Parts: sequence; structure tokens; C-alpha cells
Amino acid sequence: MSAPARTPDQRRTDAAPAVTALRRKDLLGIADLSTEEIALILDTAEAMREIGDRPIKKVPALRGKTVVNLFFEPSTRTRTSFEIAEKRLSADTLNIAVATSSVVKGETLADTALNLEAMRPDMIVLRHSSSGACHLLSRICRSAIINAGDGMHEHPTQALLDAFTIREHKKRLAGLKVAIVGDLLHSRVLRSNIHLLTKMGSDVWVCGPPTLIPADIARFGVRATSHVDEAVAGADVIMLLRVQLERMEGAFFPSLREYFSVFGMTEARLRLAKPDVMIMHPGPMNRGVEIASEVADGPYSVILEQVANGVAVRMAVLYLLAGGVEHEAAA
Amino acid sequence: MPVVMDADRIGRTLTRIAHEIVERNRGVDDVALVGVRTRGVPLARRIARSLREITGQDVPTGALDITLYRDDLMRQSVGPQPVVRRTEIPFSIDDKTILLVDDVLYTGRTTRAALDALIDYGRPRGIQLIVLVDRGHRELPIKADYVGKNLPTSLEESVQVYLQESDGRDEVVLQPAPGGAA
Repeated sequence: MSAPARTPDQRRTDAAPAVTALRRKDLLGIADLSTEEIALILDTAEAMREIGDRPIKKVPALRGKTVVNLFFEPSTRTRTSFEIAEKRLSADTLNIAVATSSVVKGETLADTALNLEAMRPDMIVLRHSSSGACHLLSRICRSAIINAGDGMHEHPTQALLDAFTIREHKKRLAGLKVAIVGDLLHSRVLRSNIHLLTKMGSDVWVCGPPTLIPADIARFGVRATSHVDEAVAGADVIMLLRVQLERMEGAFFPSLREYFSVFGMTEARLRLAKPDVMIMHPGPMNRGVEIASEVADGPYSVILEQVANGVAVRMAVLYLLAGGVEHEAAA
Repeated sequence: MPVVMDADRIGRTLTRIAHEIVERNRGVDDVALVGVRTRGVPLARRIARSLREITGQDVPTGALDITLYRDDLMRQSVGPQPVVRRTEIPFSIDDKTILLVDDVLYTGRTTRAALDALIDYGRPRGIQLIVLVDRGHRELPIKADYVGKNLPTSLEESVQVYLQESDGRDEVVLQPAPGGAA
């Protein structure tokens, strides 16, 4: 009568966030996520980060869950980061690395996935050189699929850890000027970051050689320029993207040296940004191409913090997806 | 909606528990408080205030989130994953007597999870359990060392603790079975 109806579990009602669950089976990209879901992942990662500082860096949350890390492209950082995240949550992990050259898009991937599915894993973390590979698996697999980078499409956990790192320093995402400089055309990190930052209200500028700017980029609500000084001026955050030589089949710019002189992030260029600018790079870095060593190792660089935060963000995603979507009816 | 404890009663109870703590531990040297999120945390802070008034000493106080240690996390009936909050224990628990604080002791499963979580932080000399309300129906062999109020309940009833810090008022309410004729 007078007291409001409460959930049986008192612990959940205190200042509950706007959403308390990812009501989805998979994490395929940032494009599908609502701002509330993004905030939930970042808040959960906040709690997860403390686990890495404990003497015993492990919690039993995913005990008995099996996670397959299926990597069709080389990766050190992302695969290691996922594996550490899985182990800290007590999941059983299995790493499968497949050389990219032997894989034919479609059939082979589907077959591999179905064979894995027969062994009943709970989650598959997929890295693949074809855009949309995760969507294919999502349709044919019962397991939760987490996109660890698919072709030139999305790399959602990278964008989430970038946002987590920015939010930690700036206490917000809305209203910040974020300049993303580099190889825009081939970058899945860029696409995920654009989706995330524009959803969260940041002012996103993208900058690169005209040959590496996708034609329809303005459609995503960002400002594109080939003048790096314009992009960097007054920026709160500068995010550098790797020049992806392995994805370039033609000549997009005359030489790496010329790229560095026109677009490379140097201390001189940094002075145009805000005094408390953050320098970010998803790695691996090409020193002397997109970033000068003094900047990469300098006081504004948060590049190694990004790596550290990656584990907490991936723990959050694994935890939030582990419940599955069957709960929807019950809740 | 019977109110089983009002603000005055909760205040007196916590003061009494603080005195019991001092008596039993012969002071508060090497004692620390850890509240179980959510409502154990403000209770732990209030007990710390009482202990300071009694002994003049500051007792370190932390907050423990047990979500990742729950035994019902992956069970279908629970619904979506509960929200994980931060654990903040800004002191070493090694060789200290830890006073674990929770609002309601019921099945004992939360306490079991809290004990597991706490032991991942170190090796305390001992752990003592403080609860504001013990409503019975234990499913595990767990017993509180300090009890604010023993409250006999039926399984269908539910006990709600409201605290100023989180709910704007101090009150313990016994709610009858939802939709029940009682």
C-alpha cells in the first residue's frame, strides 16, 4: 500500500543505472548499442578494474563457462587482453589461431564455427579479416559472439576501452573535441570510435590524406579534413590510427616519410591542442610514421593505460553477455 | 505494513553493537569494518562513528561488492546479470579482525559469497559478522556474532531495510507475502 513494490533482492535497487543488462546475445559492433548500454559497460568496467589490483586477481563469476578465442588475423594485444580478462573471471579459455591466407570467406568460417559449436562453448571471441564475419557467426551459432575486430567494419571493445580511458581523465565524453588522425579508410577502430563518440556527444574530427578518407564519412556526424593543424587545434583528445600497410593494395600516399612530415604527430603539432590533451593510439604503433617517439613516450600519452584498461572493459563485456538473453522472459 | 524498527531503535541498536564490539575485542586495535554493498556500507560507517565516540579511535572502513561471487549468477531464474559495483578496501586486511556488516541475514548465501570475496584480499586474523536483522531460514551453516534484532519470519514475507543514506529514511519493514491473504 504505502511502500513501493521492490525486487526480492534489495541489493539491486540502490541508485540502479538506467539499464542493468545488455539484452543481446552478441557484441557485434557499437552501432547496435544504446547510450545506456555503453554507459553500463563503462560503469561495470570501473568495478572490474579493481580486480587487477588485488593480490588474487581472479573472481569466480564465469566459473564453468568456456570461451573460445578464434583469431583469423594476427593479434597480440587484443587476444592477450581477452585471454587475461577471461582468466580473471575464471572462464575456461581456448585459443585458436588460424592463418589468414588459408581461409576462404563464408563457407570455411561457417564450418569452423559449426565444428566449434558442436563442442558447446558458451562464447566465441572472433577476429577476422572480413567485414561482417561476426554477423555470419551470430546467425549460425548459439554461443555468444564477441567481435574482436572484423575487417574494416568494427572493433567494439577497442572503442569501449578508448572511451573508458577518456572518461577516466576528462570525467565525461560529451562536448570533448576528439581528433582522430591517420588511415581512416582501413580502420575498424575508427568506425567503432565514431559510433561511440558521436552517440555520447563528443565533437569528432577525422583527419588523413584525401586518398584515405572514406567518401561518405560526413554521414556519420563527424568533420573531415586533410589539414592536421585544423583537426588538432583545441583538441581535448588526439587519437592516432596506424597506417595499415598490409591492407593497402595501391599507393595512397607518396612515402612513409612524407606521411610523417604531413600527418605525423610531433611535439610541435601537439602545442595546437589543449594544454591537457590526451594522446591515444590503439596499437601497434609505427613510430616515426603516424607518431613521433617523443610524443608516444611523452607526458600526454595514455597509450599504455589504454592497454591496461582493455582488460577491465573486456571483463565487463564478457560478464554482461554471459547471462545470455533467455532471461528476457523471466525478468 | 508493520514497521519492526524505527529510526530511534536502529540508532540505539547500532550504538549497542558498537559497545559489544569494544567489549568482545577489548578495544578496537587491529579491527576494521567492511560493509557488504549496498546497505551494509552505510551501516558500517555508522558503527565506525559510534566506535570513534566510544574509543576515540578511527576504525578503517571498506565496502565489499559480492556480485561476482554469487552462487546464483548463471542460473536462468535470476534474470539479467546483476550490476557489479566497486569494492573499496583501502587497507590491508592481513592479520586484522574484520567486522563484516550486512543489513539482513537470511539464507546465508550472501555471507558465504562475502567470506570468499574477503579472503581473496588477504588473510585476516578473524572475521566477525554483524547484521541489523536476522530473519532466520538459513541454508548454510552461518551465524552472526552481533545481531541488531532477531525477527521471526515466514518464507513468504520479505524484510526491507531503508536507510537515510540510500532511501531517505531509517526503517525496517516486514512485508507480507506479495498478494497473500495474510
